[in-house]
Amino acid sequence: MNVHEYQAKELLKRYNVPTQEGIAVENVTDALNAYSQISSQTGSKFVVVKAQIHAGGRGKGRMVEVPEQSGVAVVKSAEDVERVAKNILGNTLVTIQTGAAGKKVSKLLVAQDMYYDGPSDRKEFYLSILLDRTKKQNVIMYSTEGGMDIEEVAHNTPDRIFKEWVAPNMSLQGYQARNIAFNLGLSGEAFKNMVKFVTNLYNAYVGLDASMIEINPLFKSADDKIIAVDCKMDLDDNALMRHPDLKDMRDKSEEDPTEVEAGEFNLNYVKLDGNVGCMVNGAGLAMATMDMIKLAGGEPANFLDVGGTANAQTVEAGFRIIMKDPNVKAILINIFGGIVRCDRVAAGVIEAYNNMGNINIPIIVRLQGTNAEVAKELIVNSGLKVQSAIQLSEAAQLVQDAIAGKN
Amino acid sequence: MGVLVNKDSKVIVQGFTGTEGTFHATQMIEYGTNVVGGVTPNKGGTTHLDRPVFNTVKDAVNQAGADTSIIFVPPAFAADAIMEAADAGIKVIICITEGIPVQDMVKAKAFAATKNCTLIGPNCPGVITAEEAKVGIMPGFVFKKGRIGIVSKSGTLTYEAADQTVKSGMGISTAIGIGGDPIIGTTTKEAVELLMNDPETDGIIMIGEIGGGMEAEAAKWLKDNMRKPVVGFIAGQTAPAGRRMGHAGAIVGGADDTAAAKMKIMAECGIHVVASPADIGKTMASVIGK
Repeated sequence: MNVHEYQAKELLKRYNVPTQEGIAVENVTDALNAYSQISSQTGSKFVVVKAQIHAGGRGKGRMVEVPEQSGVAVVKSAEDVERVAKNILGNTLVTIQTGAAGKKVSKLLVAQDMYYDGPSDRKEFYLSILLDRTKKQNVIMYSTEGGMDIEEVAHNTPDRIFKEWVAPNMSLQGYQARNIAFNLGLSGEAFKNMVKFVTNLYNAYVGLDASMIEINPLFKSADDKIIAVDCKMDLDDNALMRHPDLKDMRDKSEEDPTEVEAGEFNLNYVKLDGNVGCMVNGAGLAMATMDMIKLAGGEPANFLDVGGTANAQTVEAGFRIIMKDPNVKAILINIFGGIVRCDRVAAGVIEAYNNMGNINIPIIVRLQGTNAEVAKELIVNSGLKVQSAIQLSEAAQLVQDAIAGKN
Repeated sequence: MGVLVNKDSKVIVQGFTGTEGTFHATQMIEYGTNVVGGVTPNKGGTTHLDRPVFNTVKDAVNQAGADTSIIFVPPAFAADAIMEAADAGIKVIICITEGIPVQDMVKAKAFAATKNCTLIGPNCPGVITAEEAKVGIMPGFVFKKGRIGIVSKSGTLTYEAADQTVKSGMGISTAIGIGGDPIIGTTTKEAVELLMNDPETDGIIMIGEIGGGMEAEAAKWLKDNMRKPVVGFIAGQTAPAGRRMGHAGAIVGGADDTAAAKMKIMAECGIHVVASPADIGKTMASVIGK
């Protein structure tokens, strides 16, 4: 589960990780109040206004309705705050990560400006914590090159990316925190502050059951403070059961509404761009079915795993969700009945089909496993316009025929 | 014989008296698996499915000689159950539970590595040695006895591969469902190695999916150790980058963990890679000359 920048910063503060201070707002009036509050605290007229969406690349992104407005703006007056807030709130932000449709912005973070002058140079670093699947350990990945696309840094200057692995069942050790601060070229107060920062950040990562925390830029101010200026945070869905307060941070408006609806029926659905819908039990078989559709000349319109219980209710919900997509020209149902009996699934398909009433695209049902023959007979005798198959290769052929308009 | 489990395995069920545990233990017993009891804390001393219930895994080891455990404990307590089994001296621990927090598995995996045990899963269908022992949730009737081994990240795709193998005139020695989570106990390479060393296995079907580097690791090992033909399939050739496809581990992160990249390296290492899941059985039949 992703959280917004302002939520991630709230969470980091619980672990004493210094962050850029800010106030999240939903309207222009509150934005102006936040501005006066922050500028009186900092004694500076500068603040940063940031659109709150789950995608990155906001600074270079553009508002669809006001193309001269980007998703992050440094402003220095109440008038500026009002103008920028009006440009962004309720409008759609397109960034490199949102796709062409963009994301509607309903919240802004009005934050303190950290780029003030002082006795030392300001610096921007990069730091993230995530799981290294190969080593089966958490890894802290960091770089002297902050504020830019880390994949580009990894590609062009791999020597500027450092990694520190943390042993399972251990916290980040002192020498490791010092390694990080040394490799980032820090000394004096900034060095001490970085050691504290990464130690606390690692505790936050473990304590929150995060699957990824990314701080970019990780900022050294001109007075040697170490601050998270931005934060992307992804929490482990499986661990939310022990963090009820984090569960409430979910912003469903950031998710595809059809995928949210599918989740309510315990269906695992991902929308894709193709023309053949599919409904399958098991994630691996679902992906394999999508691949088969492609090999048969079609393009999968979705991933849909109905899980272990394929009954009339889930099949009907699956049908309704797939058919919301106007690009779908055929649907393949592929169920390997093990514990689930195929005849029950077939009865469910027939019932769902009859309930729906107005299905006018080819439906191909492939049921294999327990009672597959009985299931096929049920489908054939139902008189419905449903093609039935037992072998996977038969189903592939039927999909190919359907795409060619033969059935 | 097969690998990991056989007719002599003394199996206990952790989470024995729960709904899932009861249902699947019943199925396992019907299949002929030697289930010697189960563990449910605070129900020790009672019986369930005509078998003894123990409070702890240690009791089950001491009193019933258990050497194999299958875990149906809910996700919040599953890592603890794995560590209890490992600490009690269980040799083969098979964790079916789906949805265990990743940080819990970082701990459990590291702990299990310090004990003399093999962990399979979590989030897997289990292990079956055909007509000897089913320690899992797979439909037993699909797995007719034979000499083909299967290693797979996915449940229903394992059943599909087994079914095609049988329909192509062969049968199954042992099928190992290794699971689809980011951290699992036994890797693709380790499971393939077990089957490569099994005298009762003549060919291996290796089924992977997008995400992670386990298939590439297995392929590189196989390049120097290919003493039996291996047929490979990778699910997710059409999956978009950055989207998680059902399994927690099934997400394309970089260029190396796409289906295309994995299929390429597998083919280069001598694995018979099939593009369509419908071709798994017949390809195995043709490469072993059936």
